[in-house]
Amino acid sequence: MWDPTMTPLIIKGIFETLYMTLASTFLAYVLGIPMGILLVTSEEGGIKPFKALNLLLNIVVNITRSIPFLILLIAVIPFTRLITGTSIGSTATIVPLVLAAAPFIARLVESSLKEVDQGIVEASLSMGASPMQIVTKVLIPEAKPSLLMGAAIAVTTILGYSAMAGIVGGGGLGDIAIRFGYYRYETGVMIVTVVLLVIIVQFFQEVGMRIAQKSDKRK
Amino acid sequence: MEHIEKQETQAIIEIKNLKKVFKVKDGQVNALDDINLKIGQGEIYGIIGMSGAGKSTLVRCINLLEKPTSGQVFIDKKDISAIEEKELRTVRYSLGMIFQQFNLLSQRTAEQNILFPLEIAGVDKETAKKRTAELLSLVGLADKAKAYPSQLSGGQKQRIAIARALANNPKILLCDEATSALDPSTTKAILKLLKEINEKLGITIVIITHEMSVVEEICTHVAIIDKSHIAEEGTVEEVFRNPQTEIARKMILPERDDVQTDLADQAYRLVFDEHSSSEAVIAKMVVETKCLVNILHAELQNIEGVSYGQMVVQFGDDDRGRDKAISYLKANQILVEEVK
Repeated sequence: MWDPTMTPLIIKGIFETLYMTLASTFLAYVLGIPMGILLVTSEEGGIKPFKALNLLLNIVVNITRSIPFLILLIAVIPFTRLITGTSIGSTATIVPLVLAAAPFIARLVESSLKEVDQGIVEASLSMGASPMQIVTKVLIPEAKPSLLMGAAIAVTTILGYSAMAGIVGGGGLGDIAIRFGYYRYETGVMIVTVVLLVIIVQFFQEVGMRIAQKSDKRK
Repeated sequence: MEHIEKQETQAIIEIKNLKKVFKVKDGQVNALDDINLKIGQGEIYGIIGMSGAGKSTLVRCINLLEKPTSGQVFIDKKDISAIEEKELRTVRYSLGMIFQQFNLLSQRTAEQNILFPLEIAGVDKETAKKRTAELLSLVGLADKAKAYPSQLSGGQKQRIAIARALANNPKILLCDEATSALDPSTTKAILKLLKEINEKLGITIVIITHEMSVVEEICTHVAIIDKSHIAEEGTVEEVFRNPQTEIARKMILPERDDVQTDLADQAYRLVFDEHSSSEAVIAKMVVETKCLVNILHAELQNIEGVSYGQMVVQFGDDDRGRDKAISYLKANQILVEEVK
């Protein structure tokens, strides 16, 4: 009942999925971390209040966050083409994935940084720390366990999104599930891809949580 | 007399006509008004007051963690309320501060916590390392260098915080309720350490507290702050011997008379949240239970018809009445807990 020609396809799918997920997560963090930091520092009562910037960031984040990924995926096709030269395949999928994940990550980073005890920030200010020193020496190191936990959530969410990209020929396991499992009614393929996705998600979740817990010196 | 000499020493901290207004939802709150203080080099200066009197705000005005609404703050004759943020940071290297909740970096070891202000000030690694070792032994915790704050007791945490505050050789150490989270014997030990630091290093210490015993124990001078104003100030001797104001007598006398402090002075904290009724619960309680209540402190906010906040009260000295009152409050969904 299992078509052996499917096996290399599946293996390729796994690699594509990992590639899309990890590359998008990385790039989305490159954008999301500064956004998250600015969201925290620029807010009223933050270490460097800047009302206009805070408002702008919030608007951008909220709008991007409220567009369903599937719509975003299709809407940004011209932009994707501009950057990658194509709108299909794994590399092309990275573009909408990063656009969708960056504001999500910004919020995750924001909430992690906000968990840092204000008393510690105050103590640092009393020692003459500059806003930059507070970010790099206080907020980020103190929030590290929470940031890692957030990263585990981000990776698994992005992985889920990447499967959706199969709809527009984005490659990866999601693509295989749609093409074979859905369009051709090959239930076996569908089950295998879903099981594989579940395993990958579990893996990232588990590894992320373990690293986060191990890095936490509070207990 | 010794204190007369002391008053003539150089004022290392001088506060002139300081006023701090907080904007709140409906209007303004005067946290501090008309504050004038001179703190001399080498003094241990206590600032005492009830909760909400404005003393925490006052100490934060000394290192400008709170910007005064008007008035000036001089450190070593220099008006620091008028300088740029960048220059202020450098001034802060010479103003150490410790807190009630210690505020150590939880992801750094004791040693790394002491290194932290040295990193901020850009001290080279070699010197910083040496200084850290010195400070660890000064506070008697050389063996805890590699421990994380979560592995230390409250007293040990405060010792590390003291070491950290002293790292950049400050001229002044500000203590905001530094012993309030500690048990009596640890409090004594920390106060002793502060005194040693004052004597050995000649650092001026400003202590914010609500406990007269702390002032009695180590302070040379005291200012009593009440309702945003300084009610009285002078040497501890003077103020204790001959308190001029009502509030000063109130703060000094109960501590002096240990017999009275038993049950009647037991204070309770009442916490109001969204479950609590917004009606005049306290007034109704007094009427229903006939138990008198003395409100020591209250901070309540009315948001859309619901009271949020807390109140510190004492009940009349009749035990039965008190128990009745407490159960009445509990029945009205108000959290009641003993203070101290």
